[in-house]
Amino acid sequence: MALVSQILFIVLALVAFYLFFRKVTAIRRNILLGRKEDRTDRSGERWKNVALLALGQQKMFKKPIPAVLHFLVYAGFVLINIEVLEILLDGILGQHRIFESPLGGFYNVVIGFFEVLAVLTLVAVIVFLIRRNVLKVRRLNQPELNGFPKQDANTILYIEIVLMTMLLLMNSAEGALRIQAGTGNGFWVSQLFAPALTGLSTESLHLIERICWWGHILGIFAFLNYLPYSKHFHILLAFPAAYYTRLKPMAEMPNMPEIQNEVLYAMEPDKAPSLPPAPSEGGGETPEEAVPLRFGARDVQDLSWKNLLDAYTCTECGRCTASCPANITGKKLSPRKIMMDTRDRTEEVGRLLDAGKNPAEDGKSLLHDYITVEELRACTTCQACVEACPIGLEPLSIIHQLRRNLIMEESNAPAEWNAMNANIENNMAPWKFSPDERDAWVNG
Amino acid sequence: MDIQVKTMAEYMALGETPDILFWVGCAGSFDQRAQKITRAFAYILDKVGYKFAILGKEEACTGDPARRSGNEFLFQMMAYQNIQVLNGYGVKKIVTICPHCFNIFRNEYPVLGGNYEVMHHTQLLQQLINEGKLVMQGGGAFKGKKITYHDSCYLGRGNGIFEAPRAVLEALDVELVEMKRCKTNGLCCGAGGAQMWKEEEPGTTRVNWERSAEAIDTGASIIANNCPYCTTMLVDGVKKAEQEDNVVVMDIAEMVAASLK
Repeated sequence: MALVSQILFIVLALVAFYLFFRKVTAIRRNILLGRKEDRTDRSGERWKNVALLALGQQKMFKKPIPAVLHFLVYAGFVLINIEVLEILLDGILGQHRIFESPLGGFYNVVIGFFEVLAVLTLVAVIVFLIRRNVLKVRRLNQPELNGFPKQDANTILYIEIVLMTMLLLMNSAEGALRIQAGTGNGFWVSQLFAPALTGLSTESLHLIERICWWGHILGIFAFLNYLPYSKHFHILLAFPAAYYTRLKPMAEMPNMPEIQNEVLYAMEPDKAPSLPPAPSEGGGETPEEAVPLRFGARDVQDLSWKNLLDAYTCTECGRCTASCPANITGKKLSPRKIMMDTRDRTEEVGRLLDAGKNPAEDGKSLLHDYITVEELRACTTCQACVEACPIGLEPLSIIHQLRRNLIMEESNAPAEWNAMNANIENNMAPWKFSPDERDAWVNG
Repeated sequence: MDIQVKTMAEYMALGETPDILFWVGCAGSFDQRAQKITRAFAYILDKVGYKFAILGKEEACTGDPARRSGNEFLFQMMAYQNIQVLNGYGVKKIVTICPHCFNIFRNEYPVLGGNYEVMHHTQLLQQLINEGKLVMQGGGAFKGKKITYHDSCYLGRGNGIFEAPRAVLEALDVELVEMKRCKTNGLCCGAGGAQMWKEEEPGTTRVNWERSAEAIDTGASIIANNCPYCTTMLVDGVKKAEQEDNVVVMDIAEMVAASLK
């Protein structure tokens, strides 16, 4: 029997890790559909961001209440995983509480500490559910969350409740068994519940303990495989996202060297490179090898891989949207929706590739089919969304690239912007004043 | 205010080199309200004997609104032209009253070959105060007045300059009351990203009305600014709230100019 459950456990663990690995590989492939962009400079500062933003959650503490609650769940998750390690080893080796004898008396302290964390996690998760579903905190109830995103957030919280309850119940049954055997009374929290269970038979207690043990670990395997389909994937991707986040001032827009050069060659034709030599006879390099030039971004492949990493990392907390002046004043723009749309479209492109289709053939694009012109136009480029993101994601970067495509490839601009740009071009100022009036203020 | 202003070309003709180029920007040059800020700042520079020049008719839009609207071609054309002029005069140091121009010079022209030491006017004012060159009369005309300060996005959040303007206000001896959304959390005035030149998308209110209401709620009698566009937006917002008799929107340069000995 013991051998059967050992084998069963090992098979289940392998399947769980394999499926998880397969999905993560697919997401990695999708992220790398994005344009190349070098984000490997200044590694010292980047590691500092990982420590402060991801590990230390520094920016979360701009909102202290959710920050403390989130920190409890985070600490609970990370530390309780040490107990999961014990469960894994027990399962593989067919042991029971394998860390107990090497750790001796300290084992009770460790498990007791985990139990306290489990209780704190339970409390935090319940408060989170109340904030979402009873208090209806505004940023957690905006339209882009309708449907799966809301359900996703609640699912994660319910899974946490089930996992923590199983853990505590497992230890309580263990405590009751130890009371019956006269070898102890459970751990810091479970000893409070264990006496209530001592009326049950030893067999029943064993059964409860085993059900909770299996339930807990199977729940974790299920959770692991739900993660990559969920906003909750941020628990892993927050680390690379924080590492690769922008180090430049937020107000700086990246240069487009291809247009810089085009302008330079127009102004100083002697600097233009001479035409490439005609292809030699018998084939060789064909002009198709030149990368097709695209101005700005129309679909997810035109964005940088960092934009796509951001999209998969976003946990839809909505701090960006809550700080967006356009959203605050009732416009359709929501930086969170920009991230969610980018992820959803990347997933869609990934599915088309999996089916062996050319993603261009579905006739859809991130611009227009997911993100509308009205949303993009409402952005004041104030960078509040970038500042608000606890892990340094950059919705503004995506907005900028889509706007470039709208204007430069579609000539799609409101009449006022056409006038503004015409004025800049002809009068050297966005208004229709004569350049000769530029110093008139001196005599004002 | 009688101000002595020379252009780079005039300095060159004299065979002299000014200490700094005052980049006025489009709002400061053409917008009637913003011209007052320009004159106030030029007056201060003149008063302390700072040897500054303007480009005059040779100045052109940096291309910021073009780039933010998405028109990179036009931005690159403006950048090319401006950098030619600036490098032609051998400009080393620039001060500007516009955070958008400031950001372009500081962050976006260097990669295009335009490398200058750039200061926002509030930074230069802070420096002049620290050096003892700028002295306010009897603590200044705004001593003890309740004032709130609006962080522009491109100076504040975008470039991390929060303290220089506040230090100048401190030197003016005002009672600074911060809005809830200030510094990194500052709320936009609504003009950035080329919004200045177009109608807002449909919504429940306007960004500048929202921000002005927040500023008015502090009970301050003056909303201090560092950006000519923010000034325009907030003047409009204060009018919308029918508070123009109680609340004045001013650039920090104007406040300093009014307080000089």
